[in-house]
Amino acid sequence: MATVELRFSALPEHVRTARLVAAAVARRAGVDEAVLDEVRLAVGEACTRAVGLHQTGGISAPVKVLLIEEEKQFSIEVGDEAPHAVPGERGPGAGPGDPDGEADEDEMGLAVISGLVDDVEVSAGEHGGSIKMTWPTTPPTILA
Amino acid sequence: MDLSLSTETMGDRTIVRVGGEIDVYTAPKLREQLVELVNDGSFHLVVDMEGVDFLDSTGLGVLVGGLKRVRAHEGSLRLVCNQERILKIFRITGLTKVFPIHTSVEEAVAATD
Repeated sequence: MATVELRFSALPEHVRTARLVAAAVARRAGVDEAVLDEVRLAVGEACTRAVGLHQTGGISAPVKVLLIEEEKQFSIEVGDEAPHAVPGERGPGAGPGDPDGEADEDEMGLAVISGLVDDVEVSAGEHGGSIKMTWPTTPPTILA
Repeated sequence: MDLSLSTETMGDRTIVRVGGEIDVYTAPKLREQLVELVNDGSFHLVVDMEGVDFLDSTGLGVLVGGLKRVRAHEGSLRLVCNQERILKIFRITGLTKVFPIHTSVEEAVAATD
């Protein structure tokens, strides 16, 4: 199983909790201090996207965050249960050109993640999707 | 950490000082504030982000929305930010080309271009 698993109701107020937990576990796993801000931001973006997908889809299931510590790397996988269209296709009305002029936040969130994290895998299927992000870790120094 | 907002008028500019975290939970409050200012006739806004600890794409979306609203009235929306961690988000999304970003409120208020 994952080192730490987190499930939370798809509500915006819990995204901050996910950020804090992810940053704490990443720090313990040996992710560089300078990169923790990026971890915090990226996991927040992924959770925000998942919360949005659950809310617009009327999905009551929780959003799932897996924090996985492995040798020399640390991964975070954020899973949603929203049925996704085939990647590259957009549902009707979901395209750019929001009449209120707000940016397409789903796309902007993904843009931020891919700008921040070198190792990202986005998968999507009929039963849900996930974003998996991986960072290298430095082995903990042995205290004398 | 929640979001704190306060406003101040300097000539024809309205300064919006933002503190705390702007994310999916708190961004609606900032959106309401910007919409209210524009509805009340404040079209030249300076958003001071020096007190912001965290900003995500939801916050960026609100700022872009604010910019579109003031531009509809030939207004302006300038940002004040010196924090590298916040500036980085504007850079990776290409929004440094969209927003004038200043190092101080005084500089933003004095800017006219």
